[in-house]
Amino acid sequence: MNSKTIWVIFVVLCIVHQDVWFWHDRTLVFGFIPVGLAYHAGISLAAVTLWTMAIRWAWPSEVEAWADELDGDTPGSIETAAQGSGASQ
Amino acid sequence: MTMPLLLADADVSRLPLWVILGYLALLLLLGTFSATFFRGTSKDYFVASRSIGPFLLLMSVFGTTMTGFALVGSSAKSFELGIGVYGLMASWSGLIHSAIFFIIGIKLWAIGKRYGYVTQVQFFRDRFDSPVLGWMLFPILVALVIPYLLVGVIAACKTMQPVTAGMFPDLFPMDPLPNGKQHPFHGSVPPWLTALIVCFVVLCYVLFGGVRSAAWANTFQTIVFMITGITAFYLISKALGGPAAASEMVLKESPGNADRSLMGKAYFFSYFVIPLSVGMFPHLFQHWMTAKKAKTFRATVVLHPLFMMLVWVPCVIVGMWAAGLYAAGELRIPPTAAGTPNANAALGAIVRELVQNPLVTGILTAGILAAIMSSLDSQFVCLGTMFTNDVVARVAGKDRFSDKQLIWLARGFVLVIVAVSYVLSLMLLETNVFDLGVWCFTGFGCLFPLVFAALYWKRATRAGAIACVVCTVVTWSLFFWDDIINSGPPVFGQETPAKYLVAGMMPAIFIFAASVISLVGVSLATQPPTASAVAKFFPEKR
Repeated sequence: MNSKTIWVIFVVLCIVHQDVWFWHDRTLVFGFIPVGLAYHAGISLAAVTLWTMAIRWAWPSEVEAWADELDGDTPGSIETAAQGSGASQ
Repeated sequence: MTMPLLLADADVSRLPLWVILGYLALLLLLGTFSATFFRGTSKDYFVASRSIGPFLLLMSVFGTTMTGFALVGSSAKSFELGIGVYGLMASWSGLIHSAIFFIIGIKLWAIGKRYGYVTQVQFFRDRFDSPVLGWMLFPILVALVIPYLLVGVIAACKTMQPVTAGMFPDLFPMDPLPNGKQHPFHGSVPPWLTALIVCFVVLCYVLFGGVRSAAWANTFQTIVFMITGITAFYLISKALGGPAAASEMVLKESPGNADRSLMGKAYFFSYFVIPLSVGMFPHLFQHWMTAKKAKTFRATVVLHPLFMMLVWVPCVIVGMWAAGLYAAGELRIPPTAAGTPNANAALGAIVRELVQNPLVTGILTAGILAAIMSSLDSQFVCLGTMFTNDVVARVAGKDRFSDKQLIWLARGFVLVIVAVSYVLSLMLLETNVFDLGVWCFTGFGCLFPLVFAALYWKRATRAGAIACVVCTVVTWSLFFWDDIINSGPPVFGQETPAKYLVAGMMPAIFIFAASVISLVGVSLATQPPTASAVAKFFPEKR
């Protein structure tokens, strides 16, 4: 699994979020939760699963190393880092 | 012996007030204790020395994102519009907030750590090499945070009045109503005192401990309001003969609240722009900067939707039950000036009439205050940080100040902002400032394309960024005028019960489209940024 798969699942979840099929359904799940609410609680749980998968398979591990290359909070290093930028546009 | 002035009405218990005061005392104690960890540097004051671990980050980000709306507003909207409010606000937010923490938060943290940023304006100014953009963004961000902050202070005042009614009839009397009846808030803690106490408590811990104290306090506040919602749900369902009996009663008395027949499909869809606002909240940016490592974000990314579910589902169900009880004539809810039931009072009313336990009323009120104050503290610190770094240090030159002077400068600004917020909240107490809340979220959400492009689109240019901000402000102002200021019939949209819509959708969707089109169009029409400018913010793939 890679990050593309994660984003495909994310888009699918956004699409199925628009659940027109339960719009007027008043069935009670577990005897007390209207199905329209239970379904969206399910979307929240699916989001938890999706982001668990994301941190497992699509974690941007290079970001941390890149951040640690310079310590921007030490005054000298900001100028050092900025030297590469110059007038930008 | 009790002074006559301090005697409560015979049938009014002061226990809720003692519970609330106990909560505030605990908060003050925790905040003061956390301030002892303050390391005495400006880096610690602004970003907690980038040392916050996963648990504190999770709780502080969640607490900052949730306001009093999570408890009161969720049940109120469920009372008005039915259970669809969960899909509209909470499940959209669960999906989108975590996506933003993952794609925006982590990357901004890395850039902030690498270049020493503590505010959004610093980042945008450097990313687009444009002081003009920085000066444009600063007042916009401040102008959007302040009403959001005032909503919190005013909500605290409005929460305390009904809860403490009758507790101090001699100390805080109120004139009778025009019909001769006693004012419902006669003898309640007045708004000036509630706002003063709330501002004072928050000020005490953020003034000395900065964002670290805000993170600790938010953690405590988040635990309090999460427990509150679940406790209220349990006690109310018990009083109604169990959750199944309560929901069956709704199907019989107010069936529209158990589905989405009270809500349009286009409106439901278009709400996705609102949760995008977390990508541009300056106070959330500051919390992201406090993370110790990128991995610190993992718990926040994964558990945020679960926490939203735990807070929102019980409150939405309680709001639905309140609608059923109200329709059956078994629940009294005070009316608004328009004569309709005041949905914001639904949660308080159902607790008061069904649970009838002053201890629970006190805990519920403390939970609501916790949700409100967990956003307030971060907003106060954030505004102090922005005025110090984006205005004073920028104009005078950072080297002009010692590290200690920067801290005292920030503290001075926090003090001034709290004082100004206090005065403004009292001035705007009786205006419909709550309507401004959704407009603040709309503004932040519609600026989201700017932060996304800054991080992921190398072709985004300075002119494109400026055009994006200008177009967002202009279109936002047009719709805002149409909804809030225009006293005649709306020009662009339609006023429907409790909301202003354009073609059945949130106006945010049109402002968002203008924001994207201007950013992309102007960027493509102008000279691309140099390779060196891009390299600074886009690490090479290895």
